[in-house]
Amino acid sequence: MTESKELQVKDKQAVATPAEQTRPGPVFTPVVDIFETENEIRLLADMPGVKPEDLNIDLRDDILTIIGDVQPWEAAGEADLLVEYEIGRFYRQFTLAETIDQDRIEAKLADGVLNLTLPKHAKATPRKITVATA
Amino acid sequence: MVISRNFFFPGWTRGSFFDELGRMQQQMVRLSEALQPRVFSRPTAGVFPAVNLTEDKDNYYLRAELPGVKSDALEIQVTGRNLSVSGERVIDTEGDGVRYHRREREGGKFSRIIGLPTDIDAEKVSAKLENGILTIQVPKAETAKPKQISVK
Repeated sequence: MTESKELQVKDKQAVATPAEQTRPGPVFTPVVDIFETENEIRLLADMPGVKPEDLNIDLRDDILTIIGDVQPWEAAGEADLLVEYEIGRFYRQFTLAETIDQDRIEAKLADGVLNLTLPKHAKATPRKITVATA
Repeated sequence: MVISRNFFFPGWTRGSFFDELGRMQQQMVRLSEALQPRVFSRPTAGVFPAVNLTEDKDNYYLRAELPGVKSDALEIQVTGRNLSVSGERVIDTEGDGVRYHRREREGGKFSRIIGLPTDIDAEKVSAKLENGILTIQVPKAETAKPKQISVK
């Protein structure tokens, strides 16, 4: 990544979620980086405004779902002068090809970035099973 | 040609025929807009970061989404009525031996100046960065605050 690169504004992408919304408001796709090492899959997602307690990560049948609820951060008595972005929930789903060791999934949320570590299942290592004699 | 069309559609002159085409085209455009997924396109300055500016009686609040930006990588300055926000978003590069599946997050430098509508109290501007949201609270100058005038 070049150092001198200027950041460009990108519109947040609104999504239509497969499940119907019970709460009104837009839903956005967080931008992500996903990369894989030998032992784990790491996922970084930009979710500004999501507090750790409002983040919901679900892994079921190889489908990883990330939902981030956002509490509006503007106080009620404030009047809009300029609105360049919308505030809304974040939602994204991935299908994982690798089997994941569900017990060791780690999630960190710092500065509005979710850092998810999904360790791959240890390969079925050959293990000698000794039969205990009664 | 035109004459024969006028024969079949007596109400249409040449002009109204093209008017009708134009109307149909407009309807097609409207229809295709309605079918497209909802994407927010707002009048923005096109400069990163996108900001929302709100006000109450005493303050302006400027908020920007800056996930992954550390507070020491941010520089905020006040000059007159202008608020300047600049900084850099650093995306850590992972070591060798990783395979990227998605790479959507972008890093880079940014700089933006936002002009506020009234005079401000530059001494009391405060900023905080929380959960990737930058909030700058800008108190209005005493002269810019609304005065309640009682009617006798």
